[in-house]
Amino acid sequence: MSVTRFRFPFVEMPPEATQLRQEVREFLAEERANGGYTPMADCWAGGMSAEFSRKLGQRGWLGMTWDKKYGGHGRSFLERYVVTEEMLAAGAPVMAHWIADRQSGPQIIKNAAPEVRDAIIPRIVSGECFCAIGMSEPGTGSDLASVSTRAEKVDGGWKVNGTKLWSTGAHGPGCDYMITLLRTSPLDTSARHKGLSQFIIELNTPGVDVRGIADIGGQVHFNETNFEDVFVPDSHVLGEVGGGWNMVVGELALERSGPERFLSTFIVLQEAMRLLVNNPSEQTQEVLGQVVAKIKTLRRMSLGIAGLLQEGSSPEMEAALVKDMSTNFERELLEKLRRILPQNVLFSSAGLLPTLLREGVLRVPSSTLRGGTNEVLKGMIARQLGIR
Amino acid sequence: MTDSDNIIFDTASRIFDDLSTAEVINDAEAGTWPEALWQAISESGLNLTWVPEDNGGIGASILDGFAVLKAAGGAAVPVPLAESLFAGWLLAQAGLQVSGETATVAVGELSLTDGKLSGSAQGVPYARNAKQIVTLVETAGKVQVVQVAAEQCELIEQTNMAGEPADTISFNAVAVVQAGEPGEGFNGENVEAMGALIRCVQAAGALSAALELTIEYSMERVQFGRAIGKFQALQHSIAAFAGEVAAMNAAADAAAEAVARAPSIDHDAWIEIATAKTRLEEAVNNGAAVAHQVHGAMGFTYEHSLHHVTRRLWAWRDEFGSDVVWARRLGAEVLSWGADELWPRITAVTDAR
Ligand SMILES: Cc1cc2nc3c(=O)[nH]c(=O)nc-3n(C[C@H](O)[C@H](O)[C@H](O)COP(=O)(O)OP(=O)(O)OC[C@H]3O[C@@H](n4cnc5c(N)ncnc54)[C@H](O)[C@@H]3O)c2cc1C
Repeated sequence: MSVTRFRFPFVEMPPEATQLRQEVREFLAEERANGGYTPMADCWAGGMSAEFSRKLGQRGWLGMTWDKKYGGHGRSFLERYVVTEEMLAAGAPVMAHWIADRQSGPQIIKNAAPEVRDAIIPRIVSGECFCAIGMSEPGTGSDLASVSTRAEKVDGGWKVNGTKLWSTGAHGPGCDYMITLLRTSPLDTSARHKGLSQFIIELNTPGVDVRGIADIGGQVHFNETNFEDVFVPDSHVLGEVGGGWNMVVGELALERSGPERFLSTFIVLQEAMRLLVNNPSEQTQEVLGQVVAKIKTLRRMSLGIAGLLQEGSSPEMEAALVKDMSTNFERELLEKLRRILPQNVLFSSAGLLPTLLREGVLRVPSSTLRGGTNEVLKGMIARQLGIR
Repeated sequence: MTDSDNIIFDTASRIFDDLSTAEVINDAEAGTWPEALWQAISESGLNLTWVPEDNGGIGASILDGFAVLKAAGGAAVPVPLAESLFAGWLLAQAGLQVSGETATVAVGELSLTDGKLSGSAQGVPYARNAKQIVTLVETAGKVQVVQVAAEQCELIEQTNMAGEPADTISFNAVAVVQAGEPGEGFNGENVEAMGALIRCVQAAGALSAALELTIEYSMERVQFGRAIGKFQALQHSIAAFAGEVAAMNAAADAAAEAVARAPSIDHDAWIEIATAKTRLEEAVNNGAAVAHQVHGAMGFTYEHSLHHVTRRLWAWRDEFGSDVVWARRLGAEVLSWGADELWPRITAVTDAR
């Protein structure tokens, strides 16, 4: 009887990571105190501040794990984990750089032409250049291989036509590039994953039209981007032509296991605690026990995955499991808190806690969609378990 | 926890595979003592895993013992292995000698006068199969680990939901075999916490076993012309079940490691144990429900062995403080940290010491 199907090894932070945590905490406390930011729920997907991102760049907290020879800081995954989890727990506005720092940068370093890489990476590291992801389309959501926006070969490059949808932050200041998945040869229904390629498209190229889309809270979060005969030079193809599928699969795996999957609503809990400590009922104790037990366990799992990544394994099933459970938890936390918070917090629109709670409730439906829906994840888990 | 590359774990798994069969488990519930299974366990010294060599044990690590318990939970072993380990650990806390006989730990209202133990204890696991009973007596500022011979005690047979012995014992001025003082600060809370952790680790093993049974069954059982595991509704339930199993194993491992890091059970370890026992609630609720749903009517029969693990899961979540009681305790602890210490306390677990 196997009891080792899932691995989540204990990870102890190295001393330099613990020291770094103190530095990050001091920075955040100072920023919060002097009005540098107001905490928000789902801060990595809703807190856009180019200025704040630049401050992190100046501190050396962007591109942390990237090789120094490309302009990165050559630090460990665990040190990056510390910085990201501290930002999330504090509800800091880290949206502007999040995608570039998490997935576009590593992708560019691995697959871009050297001159393109050298033009982009140092600017991401300094917090002056951000990226968007162009995978989804009007007709393409979970079934990513159905992408139909196409690139045709022309002299010296490619001509792109079609529409990308839901690209987070593409409208934001400093968002210069979209890493775009395009069809480079006609769809072969017997091999749908073939003929896809990734491109780095400069968003100020003629023919690119980025239009913001407001989310249910009224905030412009994502975009529809139209491409009309947009010329993209050969140098801006990422990796091999036709190798796009494997690249996005790898990218999505990176995207899946980070602390942003269980901490998006943590700040609501933290601020709620200020009220809850007064005359707590047995129900309050019970709820807090349950949610903290879950957070601690999810963190153990998420960090275990970071440990495995650091040693070079690719724990795909674990990452899918953790994302599925974590994103459900982000919603459950709010549901549980509602049951123990006073009425006036629930219906007020003034003050930090009511604002955070509202923000949380209005943003959390996206948790179980973005980065692969929970249904798609469960399908992947079932395949790994051997049932599917 | 190093389950797979661990000799003790491998030995344990082999013994359980051979000797803790469905028939043996059912017979044990009906009252037949599984002598061959216990023989093999005691010959290999598995029951003494937590006892230092100086006290008569085999001096393996705390984590080795927990690995054995995970395997034992998965195999639903119907003998007081967990209880004997627990009793050995408790005796060793007071530097006492440990024999290899079957033993269990009693928690109750007890007092010690002139070297005689009096009082009663309920729900004592496997008491009727134990030769030795170990308990902690706290009187007037003095804490003592006490061992008595089971044959000197009065016993009313009762069972838990899994049909495991959970007897009531009366101690009527029973002569003490040996007694000793544990280390500074050790008290009844530590005993209960260790009991809770033992159940969490066994439950993690039992959940893993239930998941394996469920995966296998979903690939074998055919309806509407295909294996039922091909239906997406079941794939998704089973994937969610896998999440619960993974989470419970992670939580139990985290708590076991915290105990292994501490000299005994310190406050940090207590918090990890509270976390694991609290997390057990949903893991059992959701996990056992999916296991039974996928198994259909077949899994509802006594003949099928799914109930060997699911009934134990339902029993174990209640023992040594139920999951809900522990959630309240953990919540009270969290409230004592306050808002600003919440996050630092969560991260402190993994920060360099
Ligand atoms: C806030 C937010 C930000 C986003 N940012 C980006 C971005 O930056 N770049 C980008 O490219 N995309 C982005 N997305 C898009 C995201 O990747 C998609 O929403 C996601 O892949 C699902 O696609 P869809 O919304 O078209 O839903 P659909 O695929 O149409 O799915 C609708 C429902 O059907 C279910 N479903 C679909 N197929 C199956 C199946 N085979 N079995 C069972 N159920 C199924 C889904 O799980 C879902 O519940 C973002 C989305 C959100 C909400």
